[in-house]
Amino acid sequence: MSEGLSPLDRPNSYIGRAVPRPNLARLLQGRGLYVSDMTLPRMVHVAFVRSPYAHARIAGIDAGAARTAPGVVAVVTGAELAEVCTPWVGVLTHMKGLKSAPQHAIAVDRACWVGEAVAAVVATTRAEAEDAAALVEVSYEELPVVADMEAALAPDAPAIHPDLGDNLAFERKLDAGDVEAAFASADAVAQAEFVFGRHTGVTLEARAMLADWNPGEQRLTVYQGTQAPHMMQNIIAKHLGLEETQVRVVCKDVGGSFGVKVHVYADEMATAALARMLRRPVKYVADRVESFLTDIHARDHRCKGRIAVNRQGDILAFEIDDLTAIGPYSMYPRTSAIEANQVVNLVGGPYKTPNYRARARVAFTNRNVMCQYRAVGHPIACSVTEGLVDLAAREIGMDPVEIRRRNLLPDDSYPAQSASGMKFEALSHHAALDKLVAMMNYPALRAEQTDLRAKGIYRGVGLASFIEVTNPSAAFYGVGGARISSQDGASVRLDAQGAVVCHASVTEQGQGTEAILAQVVASAVGATLDKVRIILGDTDHTPYGGGTWASRAAGIGGEAAWRAGVALRENILKVAGVMLQADPSALDITEGQVIDATGQARVGLDEIARVVYFRPDTLPADFQAELIATRHYAPKAYPFAFTNGVQASWLEVDIKTGFIRLLGHWVVEDCGRILNPQLVDEQIRGGVVQGLGAALFEKCEYDARAQMLNANMADYLVPMASETPDIQIGHIETPTADSMLGAKGAGEAGTAGAAAAVVNAVNDALSPFGVRLAEIPLTPELVLKALGVVL
Amino acid sequence: MNQPIRLTVNGELVTAAVAPRQHLADFLRETLGLTGTHIGCEHGVCGACSVRLDGAVVRGCLVYAVQADGARVDTIEGVSDSGEIADLQAAFATRNALQCGYCTPGMLLAAQELLLVNAAPDRETIRDRLSGNYCRCTGYHAIVDAVEATARARAEAKR
Ligand code: FES
Ligand code: FES
Repeated sequence: MSEGLSPLDRPNSYIGRAVPRPNLARLLQGRGLYVSDMTLPRMVHVAFVRSPYAHARIAGIDAGAARTAPGVVAVVTGAELAEVCTPWVGVLTHMKGLKSAPQHAIAVDRACWVGEAVAAVVATTRAEAEDAAALVEVSYEELPVVADMEAALAPDAPAIHPDLGDNLAFERKLDAGDVEAAFASADAVAQAEFVFGRHTGVTLEARAMLADWNPGEQRLTVYQGTQAPHMMQNIIAKHLGLEETQVRVVCKDVGGSFGVKVHVYADEMATAALARMLRRPVKYVADRVESFLTDIHARDHRCKGRIAVNRQGDILAFEIDDLTAIGPYSMYPRTSAIEANQVVNLVGGPYKTPNYRARARVAFTNRNVMCQYRAVGHPIACSVTEGLVDLAAREIGMDPVEIRRRNLLPDDSYPAQSASGMKFEALSHHAALDKLVAMMNYPALRAEQTDLRAKGIYRGVGLASFIEVTNPSAAFYGVGGARISSQDGASVRLDAQGAVVCHASVTEQGQGTEAILAQVVASAVGATLDKVRIILGDTDHTPYGGGTWASRAAGIGGEAAWRAGVALRENILKVAGVMLQADPSALDITEGQVIDATGQARVGLDEIARVVYFRPDTLPADFQAELIATRHYAPKAYPFAFTNGVQASWLEVDIKTGFIRLLGHWVVEDCGRILNPQLVDEQIRGGVVQGLGAALFEKCEYDARAQMLNANMADYLVPMASETPDIQIGHIETPTADSMLGAKGAGEAGTAGAAAAVVNAVNDALSPFGVRLAEIPLTPELVLKALGVVL
Repeated sequence: MNQPIRLTVNGELVTAAVAPRQHLADFLRETLGLTGTHIGCEHGVCGACSVRLDGAVVRGCLVYAVQADGARVDTIEGVSDSGEIADLQAAFATRNALQCGYCTPGMLLAAQELLLVNAAPDRETIRDRLSGNYCRCTGYHAIVDAVEATARARAEAKR
């Protein structure tokens, strides 16, 4: 290989090309294999009896009628299940002060939210299990309900877990720079209370698990749609009293995850435990009502924010006071304090000001559990920050683009640090903003806005700059004691026909992980893409690693695969050197052929494999070929590889009906080196639309008794094709120097800033009316209320 | 009491005895093993369970298996094997118009139904006609692109 020329830049590299994903054909033909599709011999189905009360003591369970119902194999209560599955507590040591109570797979004596499982019914079909579940008689004694976050922290609030003393799960305060002096010296101060509805992931395939205990092997095989197979292996083993070698987690196709499927769910732990108890395969597939009642919910924040500016438009300080409610338990093992903690970390992040004060409080309530969902904390931090920046601009009469240009961290100021202490290796806020303004033709939109206003049509432009946490190091979970790996591995080998097989620890849920790894491995080895096969999602076969979450698969998993591929190429060239009696450093591999310095093809990978595997006798006695290489990678130089970007929304508000029509959406994003531009774009588009859902539609409605009122797809609204605009995407590329590939993550950028851009655009559209909306989802009702059309 | 039914699924004659309460999607998935018909909500909202019943796209979760007695049913597996939507599938692949793939069978059947009645739909029409099908991953833009590209290619091929 010619010195100095990185394989990244070689002419036949697949890096940076939009090659199609290898797994698409089977999905397009309906021939994927999702957990809900799987069956095993002697498989039985579990249905859960779930609490209809938000808080109640379980006084007694009469399962007599259910036990004799057709098809029933077993009815199991919480106390019975607790004999094979120990409870857990969702805390991490680095989230100082975070507390939670022991949670059981099935409630033992008390149900703490509507939908918590109180008994399991196992039968030969799901329908029979459900029929019998309806026959289980549970007597409940209702307990006082803590219905919302403010009530939770009231001085006389009943503690949901009396042992914990009160309902404050976690609190964090931060005070950087001199906030008092900054506000005292400000020419203008703006403030608002930002309200974020509770919403949920609504993966189109519900959570599902098929667990199979083989008494002969004393092993449990768990087929699960999960983002983190090794984490699940550890947790299942730990709570079922097994060694990790006794648990195999297999993850095939996954019908959407978005952070929903990275947590430990009580009903899934119960399913694994039931398989062990009953010594046969047990399948659980949540129905849609169960998904709404038990998949993690997200957001649900109320955040007061203040910003100080001077007349010239310099932002002098940010201050926030955030409150969020997480349900009755902190989720396990990632905890439910991470989102509030991220809000504190990220507010003000794109800007220069060193003065920042924050408080975040996390409260227990008797609603469903809440935890990390796509873009954890980012939409809150971005909406608060960008909402405040727009309010400040309005106070001093400055254009929203101008105030951002003035205050965003300069592109030549890196490495830099935010007021909250976040370390930035290299960002590109200004380049991104410039590109966005050009792509959307900002001046033209402003002119159109002015023209249409004269005709009584109200359109608005909203901007949102953001930063995104990607490629997390052990700082995220590992240092807090969770066995969640921040490193990932890949093993790459040459098969006997010269094709390349890669086993990797990151997982695929549709992002395109397989494609990314195939491109990386093909480029690193010098193979053609059609000769690369990727195998993921099996703790028996893949290297150990964290999986796919927090925008880490390409940046961390891709880097491990790259290094493994480079190592395999070196190993192959050693064999070629021996076979060709040439110096390996003068050889290279391209398109499956070993070439010499003149570019002449000398021997194919198929021939190398043939000789190594079938005619090793023809190689020198003192030479042993190794046609496999394994490498691991963990980010080290920075706790997170921050990315940045900016979004813009263009929309129209009907002031008579309050309806908001999205007309255009733009994103410029910098995720470092782009491995596959199409996959990056589609991650961003999908993420934007989830953010648009939060902005306009999605909310888990609860009443005063903490009953969820819209736990079905007809009443819980998500964006459909007709409500969604085309989304234009541009890129800046600032690779990280922490890895050879230089890739950062892109999975959450879309969700991070979409709602902020929409709310800013609505306020811009309605600026002639002096309206300042700061609540999402921004329903027609809220718009009409703000306009004074309805009370 | 199970009831006997006879129907044609993907061109093959099928006879079975089904529980009156079993819906068509469960029958296809559980009895026939045609798991390309997906289940997203079982209350008629998401479109993941879409199949063709006597040529019209229906929600498999809203039709009882007994109602399909005597009918012709086409699933994603059938239209894949017949080659009827090969171009649409190729366009979805080229454009990465699927991520997790769970909505995809229903989305393809809905798109094909649209293209059969409207050979040159504009983007708004495509978005409207696909609005009965949830996609939680893609944000729809790529799906609209793929359907639009297929319509154009089919028109081109006719000329
Ligand atoms: S499963 Fe039939 S419409 Fe959702
Ligand atoms: S691709 Fe996942 S729901 Fe559409």
